Amino acid sequence: MDYADTLPKQRPFGATTRPDAWWLQPLVVFLGFSAFIIYSTWAAFQGVSDMKTGIPSYWYGGHGANYLSPFYSPEFWGISPHAIGKLPSWWPSWAPFSPAFLILWAPAGFRFTCYYYRGAYYKSFWADPINCAVGEPRKSYLGEKYFPLIIQNVHRYMFYVAAVFIVILAYDAWLGMWFTDAVTGKEHFGIGVGTIIMTLNAVFLGLYTFGCHSLRHLVGGFLDSKSKAPSCAKAYNCVSCLNTRHMMWAWISLFWVGFTDVYIRLCATGHIHDFIFFKF
Amino acid sequence: MNKQVTFRIWRGDATGGKFVEYTTEITEGLVVLDVIHKIQATQANDMACRWNCKAGKCGSCSAEINGIPKLMCMTRMDTLNTDKVITVEPMRAFPSIRDLVTDVSWNFRVKTKIKKFNPRKPDAEDGTWRMMQEDVDRVQEFRKCIECFLCQDVCHVLRDHHKHDEFIGPRFLVYTAALEMHPLDTEDRLAELKQTQGIGFCNITKCCTKVCPEHITITDNAIIPLKERVVDEYYDPLGWLWKKIRPQG
Repeated sequence: MDYADTLPKQRPFGATTRPDAWWLQPLVVFLGFSAFIIYSTWAAFQGVSDMKTGIPSYWYGGHGANYLSPFYSPEFWGISPHAIGKLPSWWPSWAPFSPAFLILWAPAGFRFTCYYYRGAYYKSFWADPINCAVGEPRKSYLGEKYFPLIIQNVHRYMFYVAAVFIVILAYDAWLGMWFTDAVTGKEHFGIGVGTIIMTLNAVFLGLYTFGCHSLRHLVGGFLDSKSKAPSCAKAYNCVSCLNTRHMMWAWISLFWVGFTDVYIRLCATGHIHDFIFFKF
Repeated sequence: MNKQVTFRIWRGDATGGKFVEYTTEITEGLVVLDVIHKIQATQANDMACRWNCKAGKCGSCSAEINGIPKLMCMTRMDTLNTDKVITVEPMRAFPSIRDLVTDVSWNFRVKTKIKKFNPRKPDAEDGTWRMMQEDVDRVQEFRKCIECFLCQDVCHVLRDHHKHDEFIGPRFLVYTAALEMHPLDTEDRLAELKQTQGIGFCNITKCCTKVCPEHITITDNAIIPLKERVVDEYYDPLGWLWKKIRPQG
C-alpha cells in the first residue's frame, strides 16, 4: 500500500474544525493588496492622459515645490522637470504611454517575489492554503519547485533593483526640500507637508527593503562562522533586526507609497493645498 | 471554579472513525491533557492517547485542539472558550493508529536519509574543537526542537498534498539547517535539499512557525536561509561567477 493511502483523506476546500474567524486574515490581505493593485494601476494610467495634455498630475510644483510621485520616479520620457528625456518619436502613436509603465515593474517585482508577500498572497489569492489547517481547493501542488513559481528564486536580483530605487526616492525627498522662488528663481530650503510625506516614504521603503531575507543572506547569512568576518556579522545583525518586522514594514511602506502618490496627485490637481511649515 | 465542559473527541482507527462527545467537569489550572485523562478514566477507558512528560518537552501529546495543532499538555483550559464544545482530534499528516494516536514513524525514516554531522578535523591535539558562541547562536535555536511534529502536521504540503515521498517537511528542514549552518560541519546537503528533499515545495505560509511550541522561527531562520543557499548554488549566475573568480583560501 502506498504511504499516501494510509493518510487521512484531504479535506474539501474550507473544511476545518477551527472555530475562529480563520477567513478574516486572508480576506483583509486580499482586500489590502487588491486595493493597492487597483489604485496603482489607475495612477499609472493617469500618466497616459497627462502625456497628451502636457500637464503632469503626478508632479506638484505649486508655491515653488518640487514633489514627484514615487510611482513615476525615476521619470523616463516624462513631462515634469524631473523628466529624463522626452518620449521618442519612434514610439507608436497608437500605443498608450505613461512614464510609470517603464518603472513600476521593478518595485512590483520586488514585492511579488518577497518572501513575506509570497506567503501572504499564496494564502489570500490562491488559497494554497487559505489559512493554516484549513482545507484547500486543489489536490495538485507544484510549490516553488517547478515552473512557474521556481522563478521566485530571482528575488535577490529584484532586491538589487529595489535598492537603487531607495536611493532615487531619497534623492526625490531631498529635492522636495527645495522651493523655487517664482520671482528670483532662487531655491530655498524648506519643509512642507509633502516633504515630510516623501521623506517618510523613502524611510519606510528603506526599512522594508533593507530587511529583505535575501539581503540578510547575502550580507552574512551565507557564512557559518560569522565571527571570522565581523563586518558581515554586524551587517547580518542589522538586517536581522529589520527582518523580524519585515511584514510590518511591508504593509506600512505599501500604504505610504500609495498615500504619497495620493497626496501629490491631490496637490497637483488642485484639490488640496500643500502647507509649507517654513522655508529659508 | 468548577465548570461543565463538552469535548468532541475523534474516536477511531485507520479504517475510520467519528467524533464522540464527552461532558465533564473541569477545575482551575487544568490543561487539555488533564481533561483527556479524566475522560479516559471516567467515561472512555479504551480511548488511546500518547503522552509522557506533561511538561512540553517530550513532544508526545501532539494533537489538534479546535483545529490547531498543539501539545495537549501545554494548552491550558483557560485559553479555550469553554462555553463552546472543544474539538480534539489526532494529527492529520500521519496515519491514524487509534483515537488520538498517530503513526509518526515516517519522520524517523526521513531523518535517517539526511547526511549526518561531519565535523572538520579537531582544532586541538586532544581531539576537541573551538567555536565562538556567536557562530552557534543560530544553530542553538534549532536545537530547541522537541520533535513533536506539529510543524509537519500543519504543513499543507504534507497534510493536504501528501508529498511525503518528495518533501521532508519543516521539522527536517530545521534539522538540516542545524547541520548545514554549524560552524564545524563540512558536509554539503544542498543537492539533496533541492532534489529529493523538496525545499522548493515550501511556499512560506509560516504555519509551521505559528504552531511551534518551542517558538523556533522555522520559516525565517531555517527554511528561507536554506532556500537562499540553494539559490546561491543553483539559481544565481552572478553568485556562481563570483565563486569561480574569487580568491580561494
